[in-house]
Amino acid sequence: MALRQGTSPVTEAPGVDLPLAPAERRRASAPPDRAPKGRPAWRLRFRRDRPLLLMVLPALLLLILFNYLPMFGLVTAFQYYNVYQGFLHSPWVGLQNFNQLFTDPAFWKSLWLTLELFAVQTVLFFPVPMALAIMLDRLLRKWLRNLVQAVAAIPHFFNWVLVITLFEQMLGGAGVLDTFLRNHGVNNPFDFMTDSSTFPLLVSAQAIWKEAGFSAIIFVAAIAGLNPELYEASAADGAGRWRQIWHVTLPGIIPLAVLLMILNLGSALSFGFQQMFLQLGAVGTGAAQVLSVYAYQYGIVQGQYSYGTAAGMFISVVSVVLLLGANWLAHRFGQAGFYQSDRSRRKMLAR
Amino acid sequence: MSAVTAGANTAPFAYPTNNKRRRDPRRPAWETPPTRTGQGIKAGVLALYMALILGPLYIVAITSISTQGMINKAGGLVVVPGGITFNAYRLIFSGGVVARAAVISVAITAVGTAFSMVVTVLAAYGLSRSGSFGHRVILAVMMFTMFFSGGLIPFFLVVSDLGGYNQYWSLIVPTALSVFNILIMRQFFSTAAVELIESARIDGAGEWRILTRIMLPMSKATMAVIALFYAVGYWDSWFNVLLFMPAESQRWPLSYVLYQYVTLGQSFAGSGINSGQYFGHQPLAPLSLQMAIVMIVVLPILIIMPFVSKYFSKGVLLGAIKG
Repeated sequence: MALRQGTSPVTEAPGVDLPLAPAERRRASAPPDRAPKGRPAWRLRFRRDRPLLLMVLPALLLLILFNYLPMFGLVTAFQYYNVYQGFLHSPWVGLQNFNQLFTDPAFWKSLWLTLELFAVQTVLFFPVPMALAIMLDRLLRKWLRNLVQAVAAIPHFFNWVLVITLFEQMLGGAGVLDTFLRNHGVNNPFDFMTDSSTFPLLVSAQAIWKEAGFSAIIFVAAIAGLNPELYEASAADGAGRWRQIWHVTLPGIIPLAVLLMILNLGSALSFGFQQMFLQLGAVGTGAAQVLSVYAYQYGIVQGQYSYGTAAGMFISVVSVVLLLGANWLAHRFGQAGFYQSDRSRRKMLAR
Repeated sequence: MSAVTAGANTAPFAYPTNNKRRRDPRRPAWETPPTRTGQGIKAGVLALYMALILGPLYIVAITSISTQGMINKAGGLVVVPGGITFNAYRLIFSGGVVARAAVISVAITAVGTAFSMVVTVLAAYGLSRSGSFGHRVILAVMMFTMFFSGGLIPFFLVVSDLGGYNQYWSLIVPTALSVFNILIMRQFFSTAAVELIESARIDGAGEWRILTRIMLPMSKATMAVIALFYAVGYWDSWFNVLLFMPAESQRWPLSYVLYQYVTLGQSFAGSGINSGQYFGHQPLAPLSLQMAIVMIVVLPILIIMPFVSKYFSKGVLLGAIKG
């Protein structure tokens, strides 16, 4: 269960050499032995693998229809979309939608709000799964460890409607906490669910409640995969429990934490759409209208499809830039990111 | 005090010990036993964490089976159980929007999970052979969708243009596929023994036969977990409904009913549920009805949890994350 650096599923992106067995590698690159003269090898391979390709076809079709077609639908951001004329015949307006977007103060407010909520949430969320995993790892009773782990992971499987509803019932104006306070002489108990000033904290609390337990599982596995000799050596040097956590456990799981953060950064602008959307009415647009909600409000609720698409395109493009930027930064600091070209990997190994 | 030194006497140096406490034999030799205070604090923190998750569920469950009198007395949600009645559930399942929504949700979950699994397994197997024609390009095409998307509005327009508005397939097909799950499955298939496949092929088995007779029986556990993840996804999905069939309450699945009647607090008038209906002496509280709806959404998830969590520790789910 050792956590090897840079072995996320995503490392198999194009250009990254998969570790093939020598025999496999030969089979992949060399033309088949019995290739008749004059036939290109790829055609033989195509014929050999036709059943496999047929199997991939349904999935590919789904992705083309519902992932790639919408990507091409982004052209709508440069049009004045008309329902009756569709993508193909709607009139072109150039960058007009983007002009309108970038001169809208509400857009900049939403952008700023998105970044603020994301920053608060990331800082507050980040340590929780790691702390939880460290505590779980040191539990000696296995059944207890499994129990806590299972319970902590439950809310991951709830949708946001359920999570917000449960928070409303607990912390809202008519919720358990406020009812209890009112029954005990507090006149106007604080309503967390509608207060816009504490909203960033509320959002973070909800995210932690929902996802921290599930994220901890990955860290538990990572800690279990650390080499026990490191602990033995540190004990020989006189390290106690806290020292071992600080000097052995934490350095062991930081690469994973960095990787998760990078992947997370890609969602900085689109994060928490359902969460904010559901609470928009309770705390108001000023506190909950993040960019993705902004795009939804204009694009679908008001039917300004082109304008909403332009806002959505801004989110998508900046997200990719952020992801690549964070990945580059991680490499600079000597961590394996989610994607590495052959050349940079060789460079890192040579070091 | 032999237990204290049990781990230490084989080592060339003295391991740190806390002499006040007997050493637990399960504790690794290199680990200093915790102090009682430390252990107490940790137990407290973990107990609090679990209480924060289970507490709300408990309160919701109790409220859903409380009598109107209890709810009135508590001034809202009931924490300490008193008068117990299952009238809310009886009322819900006697007909109306919620009962229908439960059936619809079960159907969507079943059909959707089956569809997702077939497509996922086929794609994963089709891409699992290293050196097969075009598999790297196809993988790249698939993984690109994990990092870039056209966004919500073009997605909405495309599905609508394809005729998905007010159609049940728009709740299943467009979001049926998780590339991540394909990667997990593919990882599993590609670690299968090459000799096994080779020998099957020598015996004359084609790809379909290899997949159905050899690979699938081998991968039951992984498939079960992925199927459960898909199933929970379908059970939970509500936003698709908001996009594609927000107006027809007769066709709503359960999670959207939860959104309408509990989160938004829409009144039950016109839902086919008469919340003013009398049971014995007391009218039924809308609150217990609402909490019963929450419970109907939560319970299936809680029921499958033990089956999924078994695999957490085995790391089945983490296979792909760690490559």
